[in-house]
Amino acid sequence: MSRIRIDHGRVIDPANNIDRVGPVYIEGGKIVSVIDELPGFKPDTVINAENQVVCPGFIDLSTRLRDMGHSRKATFKSEVIAAAAAGITTLCLQPDTAPVIDTPAVAELIKDLAEKADYPQIYAVGALTQKLEGMELSSMLSLKQAGCIAVGNANQPVKNLLILRRAMEYAASHDLLMMFRPNDFWLSNNGCAHEGVVATRYGLPSTPEAAETIALAQCLELAELTGCRVHFGQLSCKRSVIKIHQAKKYGLKVSADVAIHQLHLTEDDMTPFDSAYHVMPPLRTEADKQYLRKGLSASTLNSICSDHQPHDLDAKLGAFPETEPGMSSMETLLPLMLKLVKEDVITLEQGIACLSANPARVLRLKSGALTPGFSADVCIFDPELDWQVNSENWKSQGINTPFWGQTLKGRVTHTLQAGKIIHRL
Amino acid sequence: MTDNLQLNAEGKLKHFLTIEGLSKSLLTEILDTAESFAGMSEHQVKKVPLLRGKTIVNLFFENSTRTRTTFELAATRLSADVINMNIATSATSKGESLLDTIRNLEAMFVDMFVVRHALSGAAHFIAQQTAPHISVINAGDGQHAHPTQAMLDMFTIRQLKPDFSSLRVAIIGDILHSRVARSEIHALNTLGAAEVRVIAPKTLLPAHVESLGVTVSHNLTEGLKDIDVVMMLRLQKERMSSALLPSESEYFKCFGLTEEKLKIAKPDAIVMHPGPINRGVEIDSKVADGPQSVILKQVSNGVAVRMAVMAMAMQKHGAMQ
Repeated sequence: MSRIRIDHGRVIDPANNIDRVGPVYIEGGKIVSVIDELPGFKPDTVINAENQVVCPGFIDLSTRLRDMGHSRKATFKSEVIAAAAAGITTLCLQPDTAPVIDTPAVAELIKDLAEKADYPQIYAVGALTQKLEGMELSSMLSLKQAGCIAVGNANQPVKNLLILRRAMEYAASHDLLMMFRPNDFWLSNNGCAHEGVVATRYGLPSTPEAAETIALAQCLELAELTGCRVHFGQLSCKRSVIKIHQAKKYGLKVSADVAIHQLHLTEDDMTPFDSAYHVMPPLRTEADKQYLRKGLSASTLNSICSDHQPHDLDAKLGAFPETEPGMSSMETLLPLMLKLVKEDVITLEQGIACLSANPARVLRLKSGALTPGFSADVCIFDPELDWQVNSENWKSQGINTPFWGQTLKGRVTHTLQAGKIIHRL
Repeated sequence: MTDNLQLNAEGKLKHFLTIEGLSKSLLTEILDTAESFAGMSEHQVKKVPLLRGKTIVNLFFENSTRTRTTFELAATRLSADVINMNIATSATSKGESLLDTIRNLEAMFVDMFVVRHALSGAAHFIAQQTAPHISVINAGDGQHAHPTQAMLDMFTIRQLKPDFSSLRVAIIGDILHSRVARSEIHALNTLGAAEVRVIAPKTLLPAHVESLGVTVSHNLTEGLKDIDVVMMLRLQKERMSSALLPSESEYFKCFGLTEEKLKIAKPDAIVMHPGPINRGVEIDSKVADGPQSVILKQVSNGVAVRMAVMAMAMQKHGAMQ
């Protein structure tokens, strides 16, 4: 096994409260020492990280890598390269793959594909209900045994609250985390944009905040009733942040994340009918964006996810309502997080924690930190490096990003997983 | 937000997709051009050679007899060749994508698409994707815009009440689902109407409707006060099944225009409707066929206004020299 020393970098490891310049030692795929010098250590590889930040590899709580039935959009092979280039060393795969991750066989298939892809670490989220139809419980214990790190129903509705209650009770019995994207199917009414000024002007079918907040409120009640651990994903509006804040204050064991684009874009950014801005939940108002930022800085929202959803060109070519929602967003994750730091929304340490230590805690993983003995999952980035989002620099098969053509600041120079260099700029 | 997509480098009309973002002078130019065509229908020879040799495709992804007919008539009177494509029953039902349909027609060297589609933004999409020499006229996209309908209504209003700045206009009915309403609102505001008022129950109004530049009323009798122009909208039957309204009869009771209610508006108020009318649902026959109704005038004006828009959009090719 190789021995690596990372020199002269600014080491930021929020879990261990470290923020200073010093070396990081890696041996046998594990972190050996951080900051403290090891005089006798003889590295085979030395990485010079001068003027760069050395931090734990990123953990992304919500991605789609497509493949299998959706391989025209992207494959594990294409997306793991994009993930590594984005500094991501662990990611969660939502269960709405084709076929759906609702049996151990599919979970094994995913594991197999993940192993073939080699890196980063891919965890499947198992389906909460069979075929994600929201009617019958999936075999959650078998899914857990087949490697699923959590259960969830992706963007699909659960038929009624009784079924959701049963599913949460059953998940709690097996100490499974439920990942929940709150959305009331009926209230969302097939909307493709936020129910606000812009949708009204363009005559777009729209979905109100209440579709999210009502589903969130119901699920919070059920979390208390069932004792199920719940992580709420991709919250999009002010009143959701307030509800999570109140629930935490009340003592519920819940956590929540926000998709990176919701912290930067609003309905007003949508150029007329530009499908690159078609996401679910939809881009909302400036007030919502500001409150999501506030929720992040106050740690009400403890994680940032990419909500990566690569698409083929055809999926985005059409009249806005018929295009498919989602952005290809792993590779813009770091620069957009750094933008929040630059705009004084969060500190750099907080931003890194939202991408590493905090999601690790949500998933109860022994990672997301540079603790000696932990797997050497490390991201090294240059916070000042400008790069253009273009086909030369972009790795994901999906180019469906509204940031295409823009110059962003901050780029990953090295990604290490289990001590192996999986990306080098 | 301005929509430069529809203007060329000289600020001339290239596509006609939405009223939003177009200037007052451009809208006035459309009305003036339409004026010059309006007298033509009474001539023996109802044709001018402006678009001779040009091919116009009526691309209707949604059925519409009236709009398609007036576009066809307008194109014919400009001496263009017209092809009617009723896509609702052909290509797309075979799974052909919007883009493929466009590409195939482009390959046949057409000059203009007149597009009607059930989804908002379809005309924009086609204008963005199509070859640069092709003009796109929006004949109604989803719930977004129906700009030629709005312009023919402005034309009709101007014939009877030339000073927009003194006009109070009420638009009554299903604003939420209406592309006509959105385009009327933009046109009236751009032309400087004193007030645009929407009258409907909350279930038929979009969120933040006042952001479009209108005042709001939920009561027809109150809302009709001081109104110069009454614009009725068609009520689709499916609004009942989707729980937006209890019944046609209750709707008529609250929002149906009767002779009696019309008396609340100004005595010389005119009544408009984009058609087709649901008699006894949104409007009483006595009003629809009554002296204040200009509904048939709207239909006749449809041809002249569409001729104007088509001719102006083709101007970039030197057709109007």
